[in-house]
Amino acid sequence: MLQVKGLSKSFDGFKAVNNANLDVQKGEIVAVIGPNGAGKTTLFNLITGIIKPDSGSVIFKGEDIIGLPPYEICRKRISRSFQIVNIFPRLTVFENTQIAVLARFKKTWDLFTPSKKIAVEETEEILKSVGLFDKKDRVTGLLSHGDRKILEIAMALGGNPEFLILDEPTAGMAPEETSKCIELIKSLSEKFGITILFCEHDMEIVFGIANRIMVMVRGSTIIQGTCDEVRCNQAVQDAYLGGSDVCLM
Amino acid sequence: MEKVFSRKKAIIWGFIGLIILFIFPLFLPRFYVYLISIILLTGLLATSLNIVLGYGGIFQFHHAVFYGAGAYATALMIIKSGLTPWLGFLVGPLVSVLLSLIMGIICIRLSKLYFGMFQISLGSLVWIIVYRWYSFTGGDDGIHGVPLPDIISSPTSAYYFTLVITLISIFIMYKIIKSPFGSALQGIRDNPVRSEMIGINVKRHQLLALIIAGFFAGIAGSLFVVVDNTVFPDMLFWTLSLEILIMCLLGGWFSFLGPMLGAAIIILLRTFVSTFTSYWTLVLGILMMFVIFFLPNGVLGYIEEKLSKKS
Repeated sequence: MLQVKGLSKSFDGFKAVNNANLDVQKGEIVAVIGPNGAGKTTLFNLITGIIKPDSGSVIFKGEDIIGLPPYEICRKRISRSFQIVNIFPRLTVFENTQIAVLARFKKTWDLFTPSKKIAVEETEEILKSVGLFDKKDRVTGLLSHGDRKILEIAMALGGNPEFLILDEPTAGMAPEETSKCIELIKSLSEKFGITILFCEHDMEIVFGIANRIMVMVRGSTIIQGTCDEVRCNQAVQDAYLGGSDVCLM
Repeated sequence: MEKVFSRKKAIIWGFIGLIILFIFPLFLPRFYVYLISIILLTGLLATSLNIVLGYGGIFQFHHAVFYGAGAYATALMIIKSGLTPWLGFLVGPLVSVLLSLIMGIICIRLSKLYFGMFQISLGSLVWIIVYRWYSFTGGDDGIHGVPLPDIISSPTSAYYFTLVITLISIFIMYKIIKSPFGSALQGIRDNPVRSEMIGINVKRHQLLALIIAGFFAGIAGSLFVVVDNTVFPDMLFWTLSLEILIMCLLGGWFSFLGPMLGAAIIILLRTFVSTFTSYWTLVLGILMMFVIFFLPNGVLGYIEEKLSKKS
Protein backbone atom coordinates (compact mmCIF):
# COMPACT_ATOMS: atom_id res chain seq x y z
CA MET A 1 0.00 0.00 0.00
CA LEU A 2 2.78 2.41 0.95
CA GLN A 3 6.35 2.15 -0.25
CA VAL A 4 9.05 4.52 0.88
CA LYS A 5 12.25 4.24 -1.13
CA GLY A 6 15.58 5.92 -0.45
CA LEU A 7 14.00 8.88 1.31
CA SER A 8 16.49 11.51 2.51
CA LYS A 9 16.23 14.90 4.14
CA SER A 10 18.90 17.03 5.73
CA PHE A 11 18.62 20.22 7.76
CA ASP A 12 21.69 22.46 7.49
CA GLY A 13 23.88 19.50 6.67
CA PHE A 14 22.46 17.29 9.42
CA LYS A 15 21.01 14.17 7.82
CA ALA A 16 17.76 13.77 9.74
CA VAL A 17 16.52 11.06 7.41
CA ASN A 18 19.10 9.29 5.32
CA ASN A 19 18.03 6.61 2.89
CA ALA A 20 14.94 5.39 4.74
CA ASN A 21 13.03 2.47 3.28
CA LEU A 22 9.65 1.23 4.36
CA ASP A 23 7.01 -1.04 2.97
CA VAL A 24 3.51 -1.32 4.41
CA GLN A 25 0.90 -3.78 3.15
CA LYS A 26 -2.83 -3.19 3.36
CA GLY A 27 -4.32 -4.06 6.75
CA GLU A 28 -0.99 -4.30 8.54
CA ILE A 29 0.12 -2.61 11.73
CA VAL A 30 3.71 -1.52 11.25
CA ALA A 31 5.86 0.03 13.96
CA VAL A 32 8.83 2.29 13.47
CA ILE A 33 11.29 2.17 16.34
CA GLY A 34 14.63 3.76 16.99
CA PRO A 35 16.46 5.80 19.58
CA ASN A 36 15.53 9.45 20.17
CA GLY A 37 16.55 11.61 17.24
CA ALA A 38 16.59 8.69 14.83
CA GLY A 39 14.34 10.60 12.44
CA LYS A 40 11.01 8.88 13.04
CA THR A 41 8.93 12.04 13.26
CA THR A 42 10.79 13.56 10.31
CA LEU A 43 9.96 10.44 8.32
CA PHE A 44 6.26 10.92 9.16
CA ASN A 45 6.47 14.60 8.25
CA LEU A 46 7.97 13.64 4.91
CA ILE A 47 5.25 11.09 4.16
CA THR A 48 2.46 13.52 5.06
CA GLY A 49 3.92 16.39 3.06
CA ILE A 50 4.67 18.80 5.92
CA ILE A 51 8.27 18.93 4.73
CA LYS A 52 9.67 18.12 1.31
CA PRO A 53 12.40 15.49 0.97
CA ASP A 54 15.74 16.08 -0.75
CA SER A 55 15.49 12.77 -2.59
CA GLY A 56 13.61 9.50 -2.65
CA SER A 57 10.03 8.54 -3.30
CA VAL A 58 6.84 7.82 -1.41
CA ILE A 59 4.41 5.66 -3.37
CA PHE A 60 0.88 5.37 -2.00
CA LYS A 61 -1.40 2.93 -3.85
CA GLY A 62 0.79 3.14 -6.95
CA GLU A 63 0.99 6.93 -6.98
CA ASP A 64 3.94 9.12 -6.08
CA ILE A 65 2.75 11.59 -3.44
CA ILE A 66 6.02 13.47 -3.01
CA GLY A 67 5.57 17.19 -3.52
CA LEU A 68 1.83 17.23 -2.82
CA PRO A 69 0.69 19.69 -0.15
CA PRO A 70 -0.53 18.13 3.14
CA TYR A 71 -4.22 18.78 2.43
CA GLU A 72 -3.99 16.90 -0.88
CA ILE A 73 -2.29 13.97 0.81
CA CYS A 74 -5.00 13.96 3.47
CA ARG A 75 -7.64 13.73 0.75
CA LYS A 76 -5.95 10.56 -0.47
CA ARG A 77 -7.06 9.18 2.89
CA ILE A 78 -3.77 9.32 4.73
CA SER A 79 -4.31 10.78 8.22
CA ARG A 80 -1.97 11.26 11.11
CA SER A 81 -1.85 12.14 14.75
CA PHE A 82 0.97 14.10 16.28
CA GLN A 83 3.46 13.27 19.00
CA ILE A 84 3.14 16.69 20.57
CA VAL A 85 -0.56 17.39 21.00
CA ASN A 86 -1.67 19.40 18.01
CA ILE A 87 -5.33 20.36 18.30
CA PHE A 88 -7.57 23.44 18.21
CA PRO A 89 -7.35 24.54 21.86
CA ARG A 90 -10.11 27.17 21.85
CA LEU A 91 -12.74 24.88 20.35
CA THR A 92 -14.68 21.99 21.89
CA VAL A 93 -13.97 18.29 21.41
CA PHE A 94 -16.95 18.08 19.09
CA GLU A 95 -15.86 21.06 16.99
CA ASN A 96 -12.30 19.76 16.73
CA THR A 97 -13.49 16.49 15.27
CA GLN A 98 -16.25 18.07 13.22
CA ILE A 99 -13.84 20.31 11.33
CA ALA A 100 -11.95 17.23 10.18
CA VAL A 101 -15.20 15.63 8.99
CA LEU A 102 -16.31 18.86 7.29
CA ALA A 103 -12.98 19.03 5.49
CA ARG A 104 -13.46 15.48 4.24
CA PHE A 105 -16.96 16.32 2.96
CA LYS A 106 -15.43 19.39 1.27
CA LYS A 107 -18.01 21.50 3.11
CA THR A 108 -15.59 24.11 4.43
CA TRP A 109 -16.48 26.53 1.64
CA ASP A 110 -20.11 26.59 2.74
CA LEU A 111 -20.78 30.07 4.10
CA PHE A 112 -24.38 29.99 5.17
CA THR A 113 -25.54 26.60 6.43
CA PRO A 114 -25.18 26.45 10.21
CA SER A 115 -22.29 24.16 11.19
CA LYS A 116 -24.29 22.54 13.92
CA LYS A 117 -26.51 20.90 11.33
CA ILE A 118 -23.78 19.33 9.20
CA ALA A 119 -21.84 16.13 9.76
CA VAL A 120 -23.18 15.76 13.29
CA GLU A 121 -23.89 12.04 13.04
CA GLU A 122 -20.50 11.16 11.58
CA THR A 123 -18.71 13.26 14.18
CA GLU A 124 -20.62 11.72 17.06
CA GLU A 125 -19.95 8.26 15.73
CA ILE A 126 -16.21 8.91 15.72
CA LEU A 127 -16.34 10.34 19.24
CA LYS A 128 -18.25 7.26 20.42
CA SER A 129 -15.78 4.89 18.83
CA VAL A 130 -12.83 6.52 20.59
CA GLY A 131 -14.73 7.00 23.86
CA LEU A 132 -14.82 10.79 24.02
CA PHE A 133 -18.55 11.19 23.43
CA ASP A 134 -19.38 12.17 27.02
CA LYS A 135 -16.78 14.96 26.85
CA LYS A 136 -17.87 16.35 23.51
CA ASP A 137 -18.78 19.84 24.72
CA ARG A 138 -15.58 20.45 26.66
CA VAL A 139 -13.12 23.03 25.42
CA THR A 140 -10.09 20.99 24.42
CA GLY A 141 -7.56 23.31 26.05
CA LEU A 142 -8.89 22.06 29.40
CA LEU A 143 -8.77 18.31 28.71
CA SER A 144 -6.34 15.93 30.38
CA HIS A 145 -3.26 15.01 28.39
CA GLY A 146 -4.51 11.48 27.77
CA ASP A 147 -7.84 12.70 26.42
CA ARG A 148 -6.07 15.14 24.15
CA LYS A 149 -3.95 12.34 22.72
CA ILE A 150 -7.14 10.37 22.04
CA LEU A 151 -8.67 13.46 20.45
CA GLU A 152 -5.61 13.55 18.20
CA ILE A 153 -6.66 10.14 16.91
CA ALA A 154 -10.32 11.18 16.65
CA MET A 155 -9.35 14.14 14.48
CA ALA A 156 -7.26 11.89 12.29
CA LEU A 157 -10.25 9.56 11.94
CA GLY A 158 -12.37 12.50 10.77
CA GLY A 159 -10.69 12.16 7.39
CA ASN A 160 -11.96 8.56 7.13
CA PRO A 161 -8.42 7.27 6.56
CA GLU A 162 -7.35 4.05 4.91
CA PHE A 163 -3.87 4.69 6.17
CA LEU A 164 -3.31 6.08 9.64
CA ILE A 165 0.00 7.36 11.00
CA LEU A 166 0.30 7.61 14.78
CA ASP A 167 3.30 9.40 16.19
CA GLU A 168 3.87 8.02 19.70
CA PRO A 169 0.16 7.65 20.46
CA THR A 170 0.65 6.70 24.11
CA ALA A 171 3.44 9.10 25.04
CA GLY A 172 2.84 10.65 28.44
CA MET A 173 -0.28 8.62 29.18
CA ALA A 174 -1.14 7.08 32.53
CA PRO A 175 -1.00 3.23 32.56
CA GLU A 176 -4.76 2.66 32.29
CA GLU A 177 -5.04 5.29 29.56
CA THR A 178 -2.26 3.50 27.71
CA SER A 179 -4.06 0.18 27.75
CA LYS A 180 -7.27 1.83 26.55
CA CYS A 181 -5.36 3.50 23.75
CA ILE A 182 -3.84 0.18 22.68
CA GLU A 183 -7.29 -1.40 22.61
CA LEU A 184 -8.43 1.50 20.44
CA ILE A 185 -5.57 1.06 17.98
CA LYS A 186 -6.25 -2.66 17.76
CA SER A 187 -9.95 -2.12 17.14
CA LEU A 188 -9.26 0.46 14.42
CA SER A 189 -7.24 -2.17 12.64
CA GLU A 190 -9.60 -5.08 13.26
CA LYS A 191 -13.02 -3.43 12.97
CA PHE A 192 -12.39 -0.77 10.36
CA GLY A 193 -9.52 -2.41 8.50
CA ILE A 194 -7.36 0.70 8.73
CA THR A 195 -3.70 0.21 7.91
CA ILE A 196 -1.61 1.66 10.71
CA LEU A 197 1.94 2.96 10.85
CA PHE A 198 3.08 4.08 14.27
CA CYS A 199 6.16 4.81 16.27
CA GLU A 200 6.55 4.18 19.96
CA HIS A 201 9.23 3.92 22.59
CA ASP A 202 7.48 1.38 24.77
CA MET A 203 8.72 -1.98 23.44
CA GLU A 204 5.94 -3.87 25.16
CA ILE A 205 3.39 -2.00 23.08
CA VAL A 206 5.44 -2.32 19.91
CA PHE A 207 5.85 -6.08 20.15
CA GLY A 208 2.30 -6.43 21.42
CA ILE A 209 0.46 -4.95 18.46
CA ALA A 210 2.80 -4.60 15.49
CA ASN A 211 2.78 -7.15 12.68
CA ARG A 212 6.11 -5.92 11.44
CA ILE A 213 8.74 -3.52 12.69
CA MET A 214 11.07 -1.10 10.96
CA VAL A 215 14.15 0.02 12.89
CA MET A 216 15.69 3.40 12.24
CA VAL A 217 19.08 4.54 13.50
CA ARG A 218 20.56 7.93 12.68
CA GLY A 219 18.09 8.48 9.87
CA SER A 220 18.65 5.17 8.11
CA THR A 221 16.58 2.03 7.99
CA ILE A 222 18.64 -0.81 9.35
CA ILE A 223 16.04 -3.54 9.14
CA GLN A 224 12.38 -4.11 8.45
CA GLY A 225 10.96 -7.46 9.45
CA THR A 226 8.73 -9.43 11.75
CA CYS A 227 9.00 -9.06 15.49
CA ASP A 228 11.21 -12.14 15.83
CA GLU A 229 13.55 -11.09 13.07
CA VAL A 230 14.00 -7.68 14.64
CA ARG A 231 14.34 -8.98 18.18
CA CYS A 232 17.49 -10.96 17.53
CA ASN A 233 19.09 -8.79 14.87
CA GLN A 234 22.68 -7.87 15.68
CA ALA A 235 22.50 -4.30 14.34
CA VAL A 236 19.41 -3.58 16.42
CA GLN A 237 21.12 -4.82 19.52
CA ASP A 238 24.15 -2.69 18.75
CA ALA A 239 21.95 0.36 18.43
CA TYR A 240 19.88 -0.28 21.52
CA LEU A 241 22.03 -2.25 23.89
CA GLY A 242 25.52 -1.32 22.87
CA GLY A 243 26.32 -4.72 21.41
CA SER A 244 25.42 -7.17 24.19
CA ASP A 245 24.32 -10.62 23.13
CA VAL A 246 20.94 -10.67 24.79
CA CYS A 247 17.86 -10.56 22.66
CA LEU A 248 15.64 -7.52 23.03
CA MET A 249 12.77 -8.42 25.36
CA MET B 1 -17.42 30.70 23.02
CA GLU B 2 -19.90 28.95 25.23
CA LYS B 3 -23.52 29.93 25.31
CA VAL B 4 -24.00 32.65 27.87
CA PHE B 5 -27.62 33.51 27.33
CA SER B 6 -30.44 31.12 26.78
CA ARG B 7 -31.83 31.54 23.31
CA LYS B 8 -35.05 33.06 24.56
CA LYS B 9 -33.29 35.62 26.74
CA ALA B 10 -30.99 36.62 23.90
CA ILE B 11 -33.92 37.18 21.56
CA ILE B 12 -35.76 39.32 24.12
CA TRP B 13 -32.70 41.47 24.85
CA GLY B 14 -31.90 41.77 21.17
CA PHE B 15 -35.45 42.87 20.48
CA ILE B 16 -35.37 45.53 23.19
CA GLY B 17 -32.04 46.78 21.86
CA LEU B 18 -33.46 46.99 18.34
CA ILE B 19 -36.48 48.99 19.46
CA ILE B 20 -34.25 51.44 21.32
CA LEU B 21 -32.03 51.82 18.25
CA PHE B 22 -35.04 52.45 16.04
CA ILE B 23 -36.64 55.12 18.25
CA PHE B 24 -33.41 57.01 19.00
CA PRO B 25 -33.92 59.71 16.34
CA LEU B 26 -37.39 60.49 17.71
CA PHE B 27 -36.02 62.11 20.85
CA LEU B 28 -32.27 62.54 20.48
CA PRO B 29 -30.79 65.76 19.08
CA ARG B 30 -29.26 65.70 15.64
CA PHE B 31 -25.68 65.52 16.87
CA TYR B 32 -26.31 62.28 18.77
CA VAL B 33 -28.08 60.71 15.84
CA TYR B 34 -24.99 61.48 13.78
CA LEU B 35 -22.76 60.10 16.53
CA ILE B 36 -24.68 56.83 16.79
CA SER B 37 -24.57 56.45 13.01
CA ILE B 38 -20.80 56.77 13.17
CA ILE B 39 -20.64 54.27 16.02
CA LEU B 40 -22.73 51.80 14.04
CA LEU B 41 -20.68 51.95 10.88
CA THR B 42 -17.38 51.94 12.77
CA GLY B 43 -18.66 48.97 14.75
CA LEU B 44 -19.42 47.25 11.46
CA LEU B 45 -15.88 48.04 10.34
CA ALA B 46 -14.38 46.64 13.55
CA THR B 47 -16.56 43.53 13.35
CA SER B 48 -15.40 42.92 9.79
CA LEU B 49 -11.80 43.21 10.96
CA ASN B 50 -12.52 40.75 13.72
CA ILE B 51 -13.59 38.08 11.22
CA VAL B 52 -10.00 37.83 10.10
CA LEU B 53 -8.36 38.91 13.37
CA GLY B 54 -10.29 37.20 16.15
CA TYR B 55 -11.78 34.31 14.20
CA GLY B 56 -9.15 33.89 11.51
CA GLY B 57 -6.03 34.67 13.53
CA ILE B 58 -4.66 36.72 10.64
CA PHE B 59 -2.75 39.85 11.63
CA GLN B 60 -4.70 42.27 9.50
CA PHE B 61 -2.83 45.42 10.49
CA HIS B 62 -4.11 47.69 7.76
CA HIS B 63 -7.83 47.14 7.61
CA ALA B 64 -8.68 50.82 7.15
CA VAL B 65 -7.39 50.75 3.60
CA PHE B 66 -10.40 48.66 2.53
CA TYR B 67 -12.73 50.99 4.40
CA GLY B 68 -11.21 54.06 2.73
CA ALA B 69 -11.14 52.39 -0.67
CA GLY B 70 -14.84 51.56 -0.35
CA ALA B 71 -15.67 55.12 0.68
CA TYR B 72 -13.60 56.68 -2.10
CA ALA B 73 -14.99 54.31 -4.72
CA THR B 74 -18.53 55.17 -3.66
CA ALA B 75 -17.91 58.92 -3.62
CA LEU B 76 -16.01 58.97 -6.92
CA MET B 77 -18.59 56.79 -8.64
CA ILE B 78 -21.36 59.13 -7.54
CA ILE B 79 -19.51 62.30 -8.53
CA LYS B 80 -17.68 61.28 -11.69
CA SER B 81 -20.02 58.83 -13.38
CA GLY B 82 -23.22 60.82 -13.41
CA LEU B 83 -25.13 57.55 -13.07
CA THR B 84 -27.57 56.83 -10.27
CA PRO B 85 -25.93 57.25 -6.83
CA TRP B 86 -27.15 53.80 -5.79
CA LEU B 87 -24.59 52.33 -8.17
CA GLY B 88 -21.91 53.92 -6.00
CA PHE B 89 -22.99 51.81 -3.03
CA LEU B 90 -22.51 48.72 -5.14
CA VAL B 91 -19.15 49.77 -6.54
CA GLY B 92 -17.70 50.74 -3.13
CA PRO B 93 -17.73 47.26 -1.58
CA LEU B 94 -16.73 45.68 -4.90
CA VAL B 95 -13.62 47.84 -5.14
CA SER B 96 -12.77 46.84 -1.57
CA VAL B 97 -13.19 43.19 -2.51
CA LEU B 98 -10.91 43.63 -5.50
CA LEU B 99 -8.30 45.42 -3.43
CA SER B 100 -8.39 42.80 -0.66
CA LEU B 101 -8.09 40.06 -3.29
CA ILE B 102 -5.01 41.66 -4.84
CA MET B 103 -3.37 42.55 -1.52
CA GLY B 104 -4.37 39.18 -0.11
CA ILE B 105 -2.76 37.21 -2.92
CA ILE B 106 0.46 39.16 -2.45
CA CYS B 107 0.54 39.07 1.37
CA ILE B 108 -0.91 35.64 2.14
CA ARG B 109 2.33 33.80 1.43
CA LEU B 110 3.73 35.45 4.55
CA SER B 111 2.50 34.52 7.97
CA LYS B 112 1.78 36.21 11.27
CA LEU B 113 3.62 39.49 11.86
CA TYR B 114 5.26 39.49 8.43
CA PHE B 115 1.84 39.42 6.86
CA GLY B 116 0.82 42.45 8.91
CA MET B 117 3.97 44.43 8.19
CA PHE B 118 3.74 43.77 4.47
CA GLN B 119 0.09 44.72 4.47
CA ILE B 120 0.89 48.03 6.16
CA SER B 121 3.43 48.86 3.48
CA LEU B 122 1.12 47.95 0.60
CA GLY B 123 -1.75 49.81 2.24
CA SER B 124 0.40 52.89 2.71
CA LEU B 125 1.10 52.75 -0.99
CA VAL B 126 -2.63 52.97 -1.67
CA TRP B 127 -2.87 55.81 0.85
CA ILE B 128 -0.10 57.85 -0.81
CA ILE B 129 -1.74 57.46 -4.21
CA VAL B 130 -5.02 58.78 -2.85
CA TYR B 131 -3.21 61.51 -0.94
CA ARG B 132 -1.24 62.78 -3.94
CA TRP B 133 -3.57 62.33 -6.87
CA TYR B 134 -5.20 65.75 -6.67
CA SER B 135 -6.89 65.68 -10.04
CA PHE B 136 -8.78 62.49 -9.31
CA THR B 137 -9.19 62.02 -5.55
CA GLY B 138 -8.93 65.62 -4.40
CA GLY B 139 -5.67 64.89 -2.58
CA ASP B 140 -5.50 65.82 1.08
CA ASP B 141 -8.65 67.92 0.75
CA GLY B 142 -10.71 64.84 0.09
CA ILE B 143 -14.16 65.12 -1.45
CA HIS B 144 -16.91 67.15 0.16
CA GLY B 145 -20.63 67.35 -0.39
CA VAL B 146 -21.18 64.05 -2.16
CA PRO B 147 -24.72 64.26 -3.56
CA LEU B 148 -26.98 61.51 -2.25
CA PRO B 149 -30.40 60.21 -3.25
CA ASP B 150 -33.08 62.30 -1.53
CA ILE B 151 -34.42 59.37 0.45
CA ILE B 152 -31.21 59.03 2.51
CA SER B 153 -29.97 62.62 2.48
CA SER B 154 -31.36 63.82 5.84
CA PRO B 155 -29.48 62.87 9.03
CA THR B 156 -32.41 60.81 10.30
CA SER B 157 -32.88 58.85 7.10
CA ALA B 158 -29.12 58.38 6.83
CA TYR B 159 -29.26 56.98 10.35
CA TYR B 160 -31.97 54.49 9.48
CA PHE B 161 -30.17 53.50 6.30
CA THR B 162 -26.96 52.92 8.27
CA LEU B 163 -28.80 51.02 10.97
CA VAL B 164 -30.54 48.66 8.58
CA ILE B 165 -27.46 47.96 6.45
CA THR B 166 -25.33 47.45 9.57
CA LEU B 167 -27.82 45.03 11.07
CA ILE B 168 -28.04 43.03 7.85
CA SER B 169 -24.25 42.93 7.52
CA ILE B 170 -23.76 41.90 11.13
CA PHE B 171 -26.34 39.16 10.70
CA ILE B 172 -24.62 37.83 7.55
CA MET B 173 -21.23 37.89 9.27
CA TYR B 174 -22.70 36.02 12.21
CA LYS B 175 -24.05 33.37 9.84
CA ILE B 176 -20.62 33.07 8.23
CA ILE B 177 -18.91 32.59 11.59
CA LYS B 178 -21.36 29.82 12.45
CA SER B 179 -21.01 28.12 9.05
CA PRO B 180 -18.61 25.29 8.21
CA PHE B 181 -16.35 27.93 6.70
CA GLY B 182 -16.38 29.75 10.04
CA SER B 183 -15.51 26.53 11.86
CA ALA B 184 -12.64 25.85 9.49
CA LEU B 185 -11.44 29.42 9.90
CA GLN B 186 -11.35 29.07 13.68
CA GLY B 187 -9.49 25.81 13.28
CA ILE B 188 -6.93 27.58 11.12
CA ARG B 189 -6.61 30.31 13.75
CA ASP B 190 -5.94 27.76 16.47
CA ASN B 191 -3.60 25.56 14.49
CA PRO B 192 -2.79 26.06 10.81
CA VAL B 193 -0.50 23.03 10.57
CA ARG B 194 -3.14 20.70 11.91
CA SER B 195 -5.81 22.25 9.66
CA GLU B 196 -3.70 21.51 6.63
CA MET B 197 -3.21 17.98 7.96
CA ILE B 198 -6.95 17.29 8.09
CA GLY B 199 -7.43 18.36 4.50
CA ILE B 200 -8.03 22.11 4.59
CA ASN B 201 -6.36 24.35 2.04
CA VAL B 202 -5.30 26.94 4.61
CA LYS B 203 -4.14 29.75 2.31
CA ARG B 204 -7.29 29.71 0.19
CA HIS B 205 -9.56 29.78 3.21
CA GLN B 206 -7.59 32.70 4.61
CA LEU B 207 -7.86 34.49 1.29
CA LEU B 208 -11.63 34.10 1.24
CA ALA B 209 -11.77 35.40 4.82
CA LEU B 210 -9.76 38.46 3.77
CA ILE B 211 -12.14 39.08 0.89
CA ILE B 212 -15.20 38.79 3.13
CA ALA B 213 -13.66 41.19 5.64
CA GLY B 214 -12.76 43.59 2.83
CA PHE B 215 -16.30 43.47 1.50
CA PHE B 216 -17.87 44.48 4.80
CA ALA B 217 -15.22 47.12 5.38
CA GLY B 218 -16.20 48.52 1.98
CA ILE B 219 -19.83 48.61 3.05
CA ALA B 220 -18.81 50.52 6.18
CA GLY B 221 -16.91 52.96 3.94
CA SER B 222 -19.98 53.51 1.75
CA LEU B 223 -22.07 54.13 4.84
CA PHE B 224 -19.63 56.79 5.97
CA VAL B 225 -20.28 58.62 2.71
CA VAL B 226 -23.98 58.47 3.48
CA VAL B 227 -23.61 59.75 7.04
CA ASP B 228 -20.89 62.34 6.54
CA ASN B 229 -21.12 63.25 2.83
CA THR B 230 -17.33 63.43 2.71
CA VAL B 231 -14.27 61.29 2.16
CA PHE B 232 -10.71 62.18 3.11
CA PRO B 233 -7.31 60.43 2.95
CA ASP B 234 -7.15 59.83 6.72
CA MET B 235 -9.78 57.15 6.19
CA LEU B 236 -7.11 54.88 4.78
CA PHE B 237 -4.20 56.00 6.93
CA TRP B 238 -2.64 53.33 9.12
CA THR B 239 -3.42 55.11 12.40
CA LEU B 240 -7.11 54.42 11.77
CA SER B 241 -6.25 50.74 11.27
CA LEU B 242 -4.60 50.78 14.66
CA GLU B 243 -7.67 52.38 16.16
CA ILE B 244 -9.98 49.65 14.83
CA LEU B 245 -7.55 47.03 16.04
CA ILE B 246 -7.75 48.56 19.51
CA MET B 247 -11.55 48.51 19.28
CA CYS B 248 -11.43 44.75 18.72
CA LEU B 249 -9.04 44.17 21.62
CA LEU B 250 -10.89 46.53 23.94
CA GLY B 251 -14.34 45.13 23.25
CA GLY B 252 -13.20 41.51 23.13
CA TRP B 253 -11.92 39.85 20.01
CA PHE B 254 -13.25 36.42 20.88
CA SER B 255 -16.78 37.74 21.33
CA PHE B 256 -18.79 38.35 18.20
CA LEU B 257 -20.18 41.71 19.34
CA GLY B 258 -17.04 42.73 21.23
CA PRO B 259 -15.67 44.95 18.44
CA MET B 260 -19.03 46.74 18.24
CA LEU B 261 -18.81 47.59 21.93
CA GLY B 262 -15.16 48.58 21.53
CA ALA B 263 -16.09 50.93 18.71
CA ALA B 264 -18.78 52.54 20.87
CA ILE B 265 -16.39 53.02 23.80
CA ILE B 266 -13.62 54.55 21.71
CA ILE B 267 -15.83 56.88 19.71
CA LEU B 268 -17.63 58.10 22.83
CA LEU B 269 -14.28 58.63 24.54
CA ARG B 270 -12.91 60.54 21.59
CA THR B 271 -16.01 62.70 21.35
CA PHE B 272 -16.42 63.57 24.99
CA VAL B 273 -12.91 63.42 26.44
CA SER B 274 -11.53 65.54 23.64
CA THR B 275 -13.80 68.40 24.74
CA PHE B 276 -11.80 68.53 27.99
CA THR B 277 -8.33 67.82 26.69
CA SER B 278 -6.68 67.40 23.35
CA TYR B 279 -4.73 64.47 24.79
CA TRP B 280 -7.64 62.07 24.71
CA THR B 281 -5.37 59.31 23.44
CA LEU B 282 -3.62 59.47 26.81
CA VAL B 283 -6.88 58.41 28.45
CA LEU B 284 -7.24 55.70 25.82
CA GLY B 285 -3.69 54.49 26.53
CA ILE B 286 -4.31 54.19 30.25
CA LEU B 287 -7.63 52.46 29.63
CA MET B 288 -5.93 50.05 27.25
CA MET B 289 -3.32 49.17 29.87
CA PHE B 290 -6.06 48.34 32.36
CA VAL B 291 -7.81 46.19 29.80
CA ILE B 292 -4.63 44.26 29.02
CA PHE B 293 -3.92 43.66 32.72
CA PHE B 294 -7.39 42.97 34.03
CA LEU B 295 -9.62 42.07 31.09
CA PRO B 296 -7.50 40.02 28.69
CA ASN B 297 -10.64 38.96 26.82
CA GLY B 298 -11.91 42.51 26.46
CA VAL B 299 -14.87 44.24 28.05
CA LEU B 300 -17.54 42.04 26.49
CA GLY B 301 -15.43 38.95 27.12
CA TYR B 302 -15.36 39.92 30.79
CA ILE B 303 -19.12 40.46 30.95
CA GLU B 304 -19.76 37.11 29.27
CA GLU B 305 -17.44 35.42 31.73
CA LYS B 306 -19.30 36.94 34.70
CA LEU B 307 -22.68 35.99 33.27
CA SER B 308 -21.70 32.41 32.54
CA LYS B 309 -20.37 32.02 36.09
CA LYS B 310 -23.63 33.30 37.52
CA SER B 311 -25.81 30.94 35.54
